[in-house]
Amino acid sequence: MSAISARRTSSAAATRGGGVLPWLALPALVAFAVFALIPLIGVLLLSFTSWDTLGEIQLSGLESWKSVLTDPGLPHALWVTFLIMLLSWAFQTPASILIGVFLAGRQRYRELLAVLYFIPLLLSSAAIAITFKALLDPNFGLGAGLGLDFLTQDWLGEPGLAFGVVIFVVSWQYIPFHSLLYQGGVRQIPRSLYEAAELDGAGRVRMFFSITLPQLKYTIITSSTLMLVGSLTFFDLIFVLTEGGPGDATRALALDMYKRGFQANLMGAACVIGVILVLVGLALALLLRRIGGRDPYASQLEGA
Amino acid sequence: MESRTPSRRTFLSLSMGLPLGAALAACGTSGPAPSGGGASGGAAGGNGGGGGKASYWFLQGPPGEAPRTAAVERFNKANPNGQIAITTIQNDAYKTKIKTAIGANQAPTIIWGWGGGGLRSYVQAGQVEDLTSWFGENAAVKDRLFPGAFGAATIDGKIYAMPCETVQPIVLFYNKRVFEKVGVQPPQSYGDILDLVKKFNAAGIAPFSLAGQSRWTNMMWLEFLFDRIGGPEVFQAVFDGEKDAWNNPASIEALTKMQELIKANGFIRGFSSVTADSNADQALLYTGKAAMMLHGSWSYGIQQEQGGDIVSSGGLGWMNFPGVDGGKGDPSNTVGNPGQYLSISSKATPEEKEIAKKFFATGVLDDAEQKQWVETGGVPIVKGSDKLFAGSKDAEFLNFVYGVASNAKVFAQSWDQALSPTAAEVLLDNIAKLFQLSISPQQFATNMNAVIGK
Repeated sequence: MSAISARRTSSAAATRGGGVLPWLALPALVAFAVFALIPLIGVLLLSFTSWDTLGEIQLSGLESWKSVLTDPGLPHALWVTFLIMLLSWAFQTPASILIGVFLAGRQRYRELLAVLYFIPLLLSSAAIAITFKALLDPNFGLGAGLGLDFLTQDWLGEPGLAFGVVIFVVSWQYIPFHSLLYQGGVRQIPRSLYEAAELDGAGRVRMFFSITLPQLKYTIITSSTLMLVGSLTFFDLIFVLTEGGPGDATRALALDMYKRGFQANLMGAACVIGVILVLVGLALALLLRRIGGRDPYASQLEGA
Repeated sequence: MESRTPSRRTFLSLSMGLPLGAALAACGTSGPAPSGGGASGGAAGGNGGGGGKASYWFLQGPPGEAPRTAAVERFNKANPNGQIAITTIQNDAYKTKIKTAIGANQAPTIIWGWGGGGLRSYVQAGQVEDLTSWFGENAAVKDRLFPGAFGAATIDGKIYAMPCETVQPIVLFYNKRVFEKVGVQPPQSYGDILDLVKKFNAAGIAPFSLAGQSRWTNMMWLEFLFDRIGGPEVFQAVFDGEKDAWNNPASIEALTKMQELIKANGFIRGFSSVTADSNADQALLYTGKAAMMLHGSWSYGIQQEQGGDIVSSGGLGWMNFPGVDGGKGDPSNTVGNPGQYLSISSKATPEEKEIAKKFFATGVLDDAEQKQWVETGGVPIVKGSDKLFAGSKDAEFLNFVYGVASNAKVFAQSWDQALSPTAAEVLLDNIAKLFQLSISPQQFATNMNAVIGK
């Protein structure tokens, strides 16, 4: 019912206020121009200069581009970024769906649990990273404190383990958010579908795979887009947790950009990485849109 | 249907705003930064302000803030016509802010810094005064300071900064209690170190504590091995921009010895995930989990504060890094921070520059400031400052540091400070990989040769 009335009002607004809508979008457009377009152009311009953040900014043509594109560190950073993106997605999605489905029940205690689950998202990434770093310390951390040998690993010192820790901590932080999305998604599934399935004698597992999961298709696409594109920007957490180490095992693109720009004083090269990040993000978002079908963000309610 | 279009668009722009935002957050600041620096320069009284006032920015917090501030206050009291206005800034913020301010021609009159590669980049941008002739005319100012402190202030034979404050060599600390328990003596040579590694490992104690994740901590080892094996000339050649300087046989030998020590379990298990910021490496030493540690002389104060009675009960030992058998380097040489550095902005007015020079000549490291530094556990870089140690409870350690600093034939500056920020970043990265055993000594040399002179 609500969906039908919603559609009515929105189509009415479209016909009545066709001339007003662009004006309403103006603040957003201005914000977009000031905070995204203009800096983006600045970054693009700076990528054709050499600047050590100290002296004059000098045009240097394609020099920064050449130095970055021929650097063996770039494919590595791209690979690390891609791997973090893929693994964190593969870890977060099933976990978020399960927690989301569980929390979608209407019992009081689940409301309470939902609040508890949500806490990690409210903490700052830096605080999370520092906490985990202390817990994982091989000499003074959790493992040593409790005398548990399997916890006493060189967590951040072995490339493979460090990678796993990054994925885990990132997931720990963001699963609450995606669980919330799924919780909302599940609550939108019409009860009638489950009632019909129950009449047909379907069990809980069968209902999950035959009704819940297919009905969540668009929520999955939405959540995956946020996860995948968002993972391009993982910086603070990795920076505090591993600083890209050990060696350059966790040196993702965003971290690479920071290190070049602000630690090595190569602002031109850092801007090249910035542009590459934008391009990768753009390509990824478009790709996901294509995979998601023509109308992935539309409502799926009955009658809509 | 058209009603959905805006929502899809906002969603897309929302999802894509994430990487855009991050890309811009890092790079975008390069655009507006100069104006930000300008504003802070103005707020700090900058160089354009009313005549007769020089500005001076330095680091906030203990132990340095109090002696620095007090020195300026005394100077201002003695010179009512030429005052200095100070601004104190937190460590990390200072590093960014001073760079931005200098880049925007809004530098304070007196620029506090670390000398070396950072100073060189100021010099190349024409932002700091050449003080060579001034030191020539004021020989007394120069002669009272440790000669070794001037290396990091000298770029291409000219002096661009006034050395100040204290000397901080890298020291080999050891836990005397652990040595007693295992029944061994402190090492007299690098060969002894290798023997000790075996003995401590057999006793279930890590031979060396190391905060490997911080990278500069690993660098201290290379600094000493390079010096003891090949002498200070090896790194000097890198610093001077000589082609393929890292290919020196002594350099390859030092790098190989380094990896041998790592393979022999010379360092605490999991050292790659230990960080120096949390002082976990110091804790390993004073809790007896590790027997020895190579660290800056400032570690003494940290252990005194956090290590229970390790210092007060005489449980902490210290020595200069021993010689390597057959090595060319003089075992009296040391590395670390030969001092702090004060430069004068070339953009300051002549009046402000005069005030700054007067401060350098009469205010910096006056007797009262020296006393204050000694109280904080520091050794002022003034010849004869050891006279002030007599009443101090830390006299033994202070005398040791004074002896190392004043007897060193060469007091080299830490590599990451000596090199340009660009080369230093590559250096630290490659050091991490070398300690990770993921690159060979030859690969290390090749990677580093690529950034010589950059």
